[in-house]
Amino acid sequence: MTTTAPLATQDDRVASRPLAARLLSRPEVGSLVAAVVIFLLFMAVAEPFRNVANIGTILYGASTIGIMAVPVALLMIGGEFDLSAGVAVTTAGLSGALLAWNFGLNVWVGVLLSLVLAVAIGAFNGWLLLRTGLPSFLVTLGTFFILQGVNLGVTRLATGNVASAGISDMDGFASAHAVFASQVTIGPINFKITILYWLVLTLIGAYVLLRTRIGNWIFAVGGDAAAARAVGVPVRSTKVGLFMAVGFCAWLSGMHLLFQFNTVQSGEGVGKEFIFIIAAVIGGCLLTGGYGSVVGASIGALIFGMAQLGINYAGWNPDWFRTFLGVMLLLATIVNLYVKRRADLR
Amino acid sequence: MTILELENVGKSYGNVHALRGVSLSVRQGEVTCVLGDNGAGKSTLIKIVSGLHAHTSGSVLLDGQSVHFGSPRDAQSQGIATVYQDLALAPLMSVWRNFFLGNELRKGFLKTLDIAAMKRICASELSKMGVSVPDLDRPVASLSGGQRQCVAIARAIYFGARVIILDEPTAALGVKQSGVVLRYVVKARDAGLGVIFITHNPHHAYLVGNHFVILKLGRVVLDAHRDELTLDRLAAEMAGGDELAELSHELRGVAVPPDTAS
Ligand SMILES: Nc1ncnc2c1ncn2[C@@H]1O[C@H](COP(=O)(O)OP(=O)(O)OP(=O)(O)O)[C@@H](O)[C@H]1O
Ligand SMILES: [Mg+2]
Repeated sequence: MTTTAPLATQDDRVASRPLAARLLSRPEVGSLVAAVVIFLLFMAVAEPFRNVANIGTILYGASTIGIMAVPVALLMIGGEFDLSAGVAVTTAGLSGALLAWNFGLNVWVGVLLSLVLAVAIGAFNGWLLLRTGLPSFLVTLGTFFILQGVNLGVTRLATGNVASAGISDMDGFASAHAVFASQVTIGPINFKITILYWLVLTLIGAYVLLRTRIGNWIFAVGGDAAAARAVGVPVRSTKVGLFMAVGFCAWLSGMHLLFQFNTVQSGEGVGKEFIFIIAAVIGGCLLTGGYGSVVGASIGALIFGMAQLGINYAGWNPDWFRTFLGVMLLLATIVNLYVKRRADLR
Repeated sequence: MTILELENVGKSYGNVHALRGVSLSVRQGEVTCVLGDNGAGKSTLIKIVSGLHAHTSGSVLLDGQSVHFGSPRDAQSQGIATVYQDLALAPLMSVWRNFFLGNELRKGFLKTLDIAAMKRICASELSKMGVSVPDLDRPVASLSGGQRQCVAIARAIYFGARVIILDEPTAALGVKQSGVVLRYVVKARDAGLGVIFITHNPHHAYLVGNHFVILKLGRVVLDAHRDELTLDRLAAEMAGGDELAELSHELRGVAVPPDTAS
C-alpha cells in the first residue's frame, strides 16, 4: 500500500476547455446565428426592412409568439408537449369576452374568470398526464380537439355567431385595453405593450430556469424523471406547474387578442401550437426534454417575427412563409446538433 | 445500536414475489452487506428502504418506530441516503447541478441558487473521493461510469445523515476506484453511519462488512456476523455451496482442447 491519500492528481488527459468552446456549447447558439443571418438577409433584400419605424411591427409579431414560446420551452425542457397551447389562447380570449358580455359584467370580472379557466386547463392537462401515464402528445392532442370544438360550439350558442360580440362599450374596457393592448411611441417607433410582457417573461423564465431550485427541477424531470424522483424532486408538482404556466401565458395572449380587436374569432389559434414549439426548438430545446433555453426560444420568436414581415417587405408571396419556417426549423436543429457535438468534443 | 430494522418484509410485483419474509437490521457504525445473485431481490429490498417502493407485507422500523416512507424525499428527510444501481443522475445536467439536485443551496431574499458555493462544495467532495472532474459544468453524460458512481456516492455521503445505502457501487469500477469506494464505505462506518452495502462480490464484502446477509430468490438464506464466517465460507455460501461443487464437477467434464489453450 503506497497510495493512502485519495486526493488524485489532476488528470492530465483533460485540458480545461477554451472559453469559445464553452460559449458554443450553449443551447441558444444555433438560434443566435440564424437570427443574425436572417436579419442580414432581409436587410439586403427588403427595402422597408431597413426602415427604423418597422422595428415596432417586427417586435410586435415576435412578442405575440414569444409570450407563448417562453412557457412552451420550459415545458419542453421539463419533458412534455402542449399541443393545446394555440387554441387555449383563443379559449381564454373567448371566455373572457363571453362571460362578461353574456352576464353584463364588468370586463375585469371576465378577465379574472378567464384567468382561472386558462390556468385550470393547464392544470387539467398536467393532472390527466400524470394520472393516466399517457404521453403528453396524446393527452394534449385530446384537449386540443376538445377546446377547438368548445370554442366554436359555445360561441355559437352564446352569440349565434362565429365570433364573440364586441365588448368595447362595456364597463372597464378602457382600463383593460390599457393593460393588455396599449402602445407607446418613442421617436418613429410604436411599441406594443406585449413587447414588454414578452421581455419580462423571458427574463423571469431564464432566471427561474438557471438560477432557482425550480429550474434545476425542470431540467431534471425532463432529463430523467425517475432519477429526479429518486433524489427527492417533486416530479408531479413540477410538471403540473409547467402546464399551468402555459395556461397563464395563454391567458395573457388571449387578453391581448380580445382587447386589441375587441372581439375574438372562435376558429382562431389552430396551428399556432406548432409555431410555439418551433420557436422553442430553434432556440435549442431538445424534443426529448432535459435540455434547452428560454432565451433561445425568445430568439426563435424573434426569427419568426423577422421572417413573417421580411417576406412581406421583400415582396415575396406570403404563401412561402410556412415553407420558410420548415426550412428554418431543420437548419437550426442541424446547426444546434452540430455545434453541440463540436463543442463537447473540444 | 440498531437504527433501522426490517421484520418479515415482503414485496410482490403482481404475481412475482420478489421478497419474502426478509428480516434485517442495520446498526450504527456497522456495515451490513447484502449479497445475492442477479434477481435475488437486492435492489427491491433497498428500494423499499429508500422509499421508492412500498412493501406489501411485514414492517420497517426506524428507531423502533414502524414507518412507511411515502417517497424518496420522505426517506431522505429521515436520514436515509441512497446510491442507486442505476445511479439516479440526470444525464444532460451538469455535475454540480446533479450533485445538489433535490437539495439545492439557496441564498438571499429571492432564494437564488448559490452557484458558487455549490460548485465549491461539489469540487471538494469529489476530490475527497479521488475523482478529478476538471469542469463541473460538463454534463454528467460525458463522465466515465466510475466517475458517475463517485458523484452519486459523494452526493449521498454529503447529504446522508444516518443510514447510507449503496447498491452495487463497485460493480462497474476498476480496481483503484473500487478501492476508493471501499475506503469511503469504511469512512462512513467510522463516522457512525449505518451502511447497507449491496454487492455480488464476497471479497469486497468481506473487506468492509461487519454483518452479512445472503438473499436467494427473495429469501434470506444466511444471516451471520463477521466472527461466524470466513471469506471462503462466505464465497461458498454465496455461490450456494453444493451448486458450486456441482458446477466445478460439470466444468471439469467439458474438456478444453489443448491447442486452443495457448
Ligand atoms: N418493477 C418490477 N416489476 C416486476 N418485477 C420486478 C420489478 N423489479 C424487479 N422485479 C423482479 O424482482 C426480482 C428481484 O429483482 P431485483 O432487481 O431486486 O434483483 P437484484 O438482486 O437487485 O439483481 P441484480 O443483482 O441483477 O441487480 C427479479 O425477479 C425481477 O425480475
Ligand atoms: Mg440490483
